[in-house]
Amino acid sequence: MEPIAIAGNKGKGIRSDCHVTLELTSSGGVDIKLESKVKTLYGQAITAKAKEILDFFGISNCKLLIEDTGALDLVLAARMEAAIKQLINTDKCFLPEMLTQNLYATAKDQNRFSRLYLPGNSPQLMLNAGIHRPNGIILDLEDAVAYAKKEEARFLVRNALRSIDFYGAERMVRINQIPKGLDDLEYIIPYNVNLILVPKCESAAQIVAVNEKIEELKKKYHLDYPVWLMPIIESALGVMNALQIAHSANNVVAMAIGLEDYTADLGTQRTNEGTESFFARSFLVNACKSAGIQAIDSVFSDIADMEALKQNVLRSKALGFDGMGCIHPRQIQVIHENFAPNEAEIEKAKKIMNAFIEATEKGLGVVSLGTKMIDPPVVKRAQRTIELAITMGKLSKNWREEEE
Amino acid sequence: MKKYDNLVMNAVGRLVPTEVNGQLMIPFMGSGKYKPTGKMAAPPIPTTADYPLDGNKLVDSLAEALHKCGLKDGMTISTHHHMRDGDLVSNMIFDIAHEMGIKNLVWFPSASFPCNEPLIKYLEDGTINRIEGSMNGPLGRFTSRGGMKGTAVLRAHGCRHQAVQDGEVHIDIAVMAAPTADPFGNANGLYGKSACGGLGFGIADTHYADKTIVVTDNLIPFPCAPMQIEGNFVDYVVKVDSIGIREKIVSGTTQITKSPDRLRLAEMTTEFCLEAGLIRDGFSFQAGAGGTSLSIGVFIHEILKKNGWKARFAVGGANKYLDDMLYDGTLDYILDGQTFDLDAVRSMREDANHIAVSAFSSYNYHAKGNHSTMLDLVILGATEVDLNFNANVVTHSDGLLLHGIGGWQSAIQGKTTILPIPLFRDRIPVIRDEVTTLCGPGEFIDVIVTERGIAINPLRTDLMEKMKNSPLPIKTLQELKEESERICGKPEKPNFSDEIVAVIKWVDGTVIDVVRKVAP
Repeated sequence: MEPIAIAGNKGKGIRSDCHVTLELTSSGGVDIKLESKVKTLYGQAITAKAKEILDFFGISNCKLLIEDTGALDLVLAARMEAAIKQLINTDKCFLPEMLTQNLYATAKDQNRFSRLYLPGNSPQLMLNAGIHRPNGIILDLEDAVAYAKKEEARFLVRNALRSIDFYGAERMVRINQIPKGLDDLEYIIPYNVNLILVPKCESAAQIVAVNEKIEELKKKYHLDYPVWLMPIIESALGVMNALQIAHSANNVVAMAIGLEDYTADLGTQRTNEGTESFFARSFLVNACKSAGIQAIDSVFSDIADMEALKQNVLRSKALGFDGMGCIHPRQIQVIHENFAPNEAEIEKAKKIMNAFIEATEKGLGVVSLGTKMIDPPVVKRAQRTIELAITMGKLSKNWREEEE
Repeated sequence: MKKYDNLVMNAVGRLVPTEVNGQLMIPFMGSGKYKPTGKMAAPPIPTTADYPLDGNKLVDSLAEALHKCGLKDGMTISTHHHMRDGDLVSNMIFDIAHEMGIKNLVWFPSASFPCNEPLIKYLEDGTINRIEGSMNGPLGRFTSRGGMKGTAVLRAHGCRHQAVQDGEVHIDIAVMAAPTADPFGNANGLYGKSACGGLGFGIADTHYADKTIVVTDNLIPFPCAPMQIEGNFVDYVVKVDSIGIREKIVSGTTQITKSPDRLRLAEMTTEFCLEAGLIRDGFSFQAGAGGTSLSIGVFIHEILKKNGWKARFAVGGANKYLDDMLYDGTLDYILDGQTFDLDAVRSMREDANHIAVSAFSSYNYHAKGNHSTMLDLVILGATEVDLNFNANVVTHSDGLLLHGIGGWQSAIQGKTTILPIPLFRDRIPVIRDEVTTLCGPGEFIDVIVTERGIAINPLRTDLMEKMKNSPLPIKTLQELKEESERICGKPEKPNFSDEIVAVIKWVDGTVIDVVRKVAP
């Protein structure tokens, strides 16, 4: 073990974070040095919190340097715990407050148009993520975290799940690739995570392994909330096994495709038209629909081109996808607007629902619209369209009464 | 001479001095309560007999011009800030004064910028006694730490003109940087390599100063037209190599924000305005120069286009976003107090509806009315707001003086003033029990928009009523403050010393608050 441990981020462009340097000493008590741009207003609070954490881990002699750019307590605590655990062996965890408003569960079939990726080791992007109202937020432990920062990111993601309010967004974490990712689960499952993304998934066995670990943790921590899974298919093998993966467990609620890695695996280039990935996307959609789960499209990486994003969403929707990842908050609105039912779809759904309700009122067993018979799945789909339209503010809740 | 004396409590509960730098000051009495009496100030009467009949007022150097103007200890030197962060002239003046061994000057700029940091050495050695104007960045930090020999005086643009006109500040020598000028002293900011648009902030200076020097890097034969500065008010003309660094004259503050959080704030503000009926055909507006305000301007433009509406006039801070509106017919007039980018400079040159105004006519409170109160919608920033909607624009919560007032105090007198501000910045909450420095009374601030909720001033019962059933998150300031403190923790109370380093004037020339020294 090294005698000095560091954790956190500093330097140009870093905000709402802190960088801690901890050295255990044999005598001399606790020596805390704080450099902070918020020292005038929070200097005492930061020092007191640091002392509390050192005390919690039983450290009575050390030198601690905190270089702070406005870190909230949950960030300071994560950085310090990450440093402390490099130096001492302990099972203790310094957990910040679990916000009561974070204790919500999500539904298997809830709307998942958009999910915003947040790098798991960057607090500055997490704090305001919820104000952009994505359907889901993803605290990413995988590709968005540098290899050397993997360990400390776990503490930050854990603390974020407890103490950051994402204003109702589905709380998701992307773990590392299996098997490494299995070790991430201990840091997130007990903290009311709603959904786990399993990256570079290639077999049903990987999903089974994730579920075994989740079950083990649920027992250990006496948890009874659902934890949903969203495998991400990112290779040719993954695509070919997508059908089995989609059917591998009851808590798999959606399956996503990651086109950057997939096209690299094929040895081709990703294009806006997406011809090279047409098979994979279409196959994935069919695999998902055969299992009654949602199909989620890859992120669109040009964050400046909203028109190209829009076209991408419309193509995606036409292929049968139910949602898409976002790497920038400005993409959320475009994704919502274009995945949402359009005017023609809403009008058609209204007609079907009216016919269905009238038929039910008359006690008719068969629903028809004009000369066409309407099957129950069509009614169900229309109902879903109406619900979505209401949620998206495109249709009044009392649309039937208002039209009469 | 004491730096300040005789403290009394003013109408907003702030302890302010009634004597500053040996001059009597009136404490803020409430908006519109102080009624001035007497006559305006006036410069000495000149005669053509004393000036060259061929109209050639050129002298060899700025040093010679200053010498001829009789530069001596204790004088007040004024400059305008149309060169912004590219200004080379202000620093030149004090280099010369320092070389001449002059002491105790008062610098009276319409604003200062980080480029004026070299003046700190002259504030230290006593060449300059104090700044009456604005102190941005390094100069503000220096002032906050008690470095200035005199007490700084901060005034809004309109208030600066009021002070000159009312005789509160007597300008001994006005030194006016001019992107184009003729030997007679006619000048404008429209042409030349240092073109900056209008020269509005310097116009009162030329009318009221004892002596006026025009400094140009683009000397053309008489007549220089249009005559934004009229040569009849000018004593000497100096030709130098360069009056400004071009790329910094039109500096980077005037970019729309790329921050998704700020854009969300801009979107919420625009939604609020639209729902409250504040954006409509024929309305008028002013949007500040900050990134969030500029984005709101862009959103307003889209709304006007979509509805086939037109704004009657916009007050600027003119920039390419306002020009776009002028050109596609969604805006009839730009009233331009300062020109922020080269697109706007070009538009002022070419478009008769892009009008150069001076703060004298537009924002002077001691006038027969002024433009600010006619504005329908005003969108500005603030560093802090308290629970009574009082706002601060000059200091940060740690007490450091880092910004000037600009046109803010005047503009907030528009019919509806909205401040879009993030609920916290790097952990520091924006809504406080008490603002560090009170620059604008809450009665003028109508709406605070944050990314986590919107607060309407209870005085605006009409807006409260209109937004009663709005889907937007309407909250009270108290609720928003609690929310930010839940996230950030309750901030400690900073320790300021009792020593006053600057006073803040209100638009009528009374003292609304002071800035106290902070620990180094």
